[in-house]
Amino acid sequence: MISAKLEVDNATFSYDGSTPIFEDISFEVNKGEVFCILGPNGTGKSTLLRCLCNIHKLRGGSIRIDGQDISALKPAHLARRIGFIPQIHTPTFPYTVLEVVLMGRAPHLNMIATPSEKDYRIAEQAIKTINIEHIMDKPYTQLSGGQMQLVLLARVLAQEPDILLLDEPTSQLDIGNQMRTIAIIRKLANDGLSLVVTSHFPDHAFLYADKVGILKDKTFIKTGDTETTVTEKNLTRAYGVDVRIIHVGDGINRKLVVPMVTPISEFPE
Amino acid sequence: MRSAAHATKPKKDLKNLSINSILAVLLLAVFWMSLFVGRYSIDPYTVLLIITAQILAPFHLVQHTWPAVLDTVIWQVRFPRTLAAVLVGAGLAVSGATFQGTFRNPLVSESILGVSAGALVGASIGILLGRGPFTIQLLSFGFGILAVAMTFSISRVYKANPTLVLVLAGIVVGSLFSAISALIKYVADPYSKLPDLVFWQMGSFGQISLTDVYVTAPILLIGIAALMLVRWRLNILSMGDEEAVALGIDTKTLRIVVILCATLITAAAVAISGVIAWVGLIIPHIGRMLVGPDHKKLLPTSVLIGGSFMLGVDIICRNVTTSEIPVSIVTSLIGVPIFLILLKRGKESWS
Repeated sequence: MISAKLEVDNATFSYDGSTPIFEDISFEVNKGEVFCILGPNGTGKSTLLRCLCNIHKLRGGSIRIDGQDISALKPAHLARRIGFIPQIHTPTFPYTVLEVVLMGRAPHLNMIATPSEKDYRIAEQAIKTINIEHIMDKPYTQLSGGQMQLVLLARVLAQEPDILLLDEPTSQLDIGNQMRTIAIIRKLANDGLSLVVTSHFPDHAFLYADKVGILKDKTFIKTGDTETTVTEKNLTRAYGVDVRIIHVGDGINRKLVVPMVTPISEFPE
Repeated sequence: MRSAAHATKPKKDLKNLSINSILAVLLLAVFWMSLFVGRYSIDPYTVLLIITAQILAPFHLVQHTWPAVLDTVIWQVRFPRTLAAVLVGAGLAVSGATFQGTFRNPLVSESILGVSAGALVGASIGILLGRGPFTIQLLSFGFGILAVAMTFSISRVYKANPTLVLVLAGIVVGSLFSAISALIKYVADPYSKLPDLVFWQMGSFGQISLTDVYVTAPILLIGIAALMLVRWRLNILSMGDEEAVALGIDTKTLRIVVILCATLITAAAVAISGVIAWVGLIIPHIGRMLVGPDHKKLLPTSVLIGGSFMLGVDIICRNVTTSEIPVSIVTSLIGVPIFLILLKRGKESWS
């Protein structure tokens, strides 16, 4: 695997050219690092990920992989470097899980090719890595949201990118699958992939993220090491509720983020 | 587990191969039947002899034991008609499957972007002006393409969801051209022109000559072949634009290529056979029931089913009554119940 360094400089995006969704976003992710984007609903976390894989084009600033601007790359070439898992939706046609995972091979195949024996092998290996062999022949449309997310994870592995963008990979999973997915994220980073992950669980940042950016009011209010960025003060400011961080020892040794319930009458306007 | 996983591809391919072999044999059987069934009844065995004689003509191996008129019936009348029905059926089925995949909607058919309505107007103008069959076909083909070009241009004006706008533009253009067709019918001479117009509107293989087939077959074959080549990518296109882009597909180019091919096929089909309903809608559904939704398997299967179905319908059209029945009447009569059955059985085939 080639080293992949993702650099984002002063990225700005808007749909209509006047009201920015986010502006002046800068960060970099090195090979083997996990960068987690936290922030309240509707701040443009998903839009930022879409810009990173050129689904939306930036209005200003630049995104570079190993120094090369992504807008200069052909779609298939870009997809061999960056893999993206969107939030799940149910497609129209009931493709089997294997057929969906095989789609990950698209950037490696030319316009008129169909998957070869080798592509099948890579897809099956990805299915095995995610541990979903038992649903391989099931229609994708009949799976639960959590299963779909695991299938998309297998698909992006079959895509064999250097950089992985995950849009809320744990949001629809039960606690078991959440921890399994976090273990997979850790393993992929150890294997040398660079990952950018959005999440609604600040807790999880402690489990897999090397660096964190907190997106609020169109820009990062804080970026840096997980330990110094995911703090009570920053989270309280980002989410608008009182947040406590507690340390659980006793052989568990984990930090937990506890948001406090504020009575509705005390909500800030 | 490893050996089992390895067996996945060959095993499935074998199953599809056998389904397609059965469908291919069925197509050949219907093709043969179409040559011997008809008002001028010919013995099935003699038909085989006539075909063999033609194939082996340079070697003079087969004794010419049948009346010469049979050569005319087979080669001038039934063969062109049969070939046209197979190609049109295959073409409409593939276009329908392609459009259903591209627009992520199992209820659209090949006429969704207005091509059929446009082609009908072209043909109607030709008939109204009293032109010959070649001019009528050319006008029909040209207007079919024109309608889709208009649909495309309109959709470009709006920046919203491109797929949705394209479909809406197609509906608008389609009804514009339908109105023009209706106007032409209204002003047409009810004795000399109207019957022709009505036949065009409902499809017929009755007027097809060998020349028509020579002119149209290449367009149909090239369109079908091109869609066959990109068919696996239709799977990815059917997952939605965002996922397709993330998987490295140049969605704009692919969508234009695919729509262009399907439009050429449909315009060429309407140009020689008139507007034929239901084939592009139901054949892909039957295909999905047999081989699943994967376009890699679905398109070849649709070609085979579409060809057999269209030919079977044409045999019915020219044999059940003393005069020919327009094709769309039979496709609708058969299509409606089939569709209702599919709707009931196939609830899990599409969502």
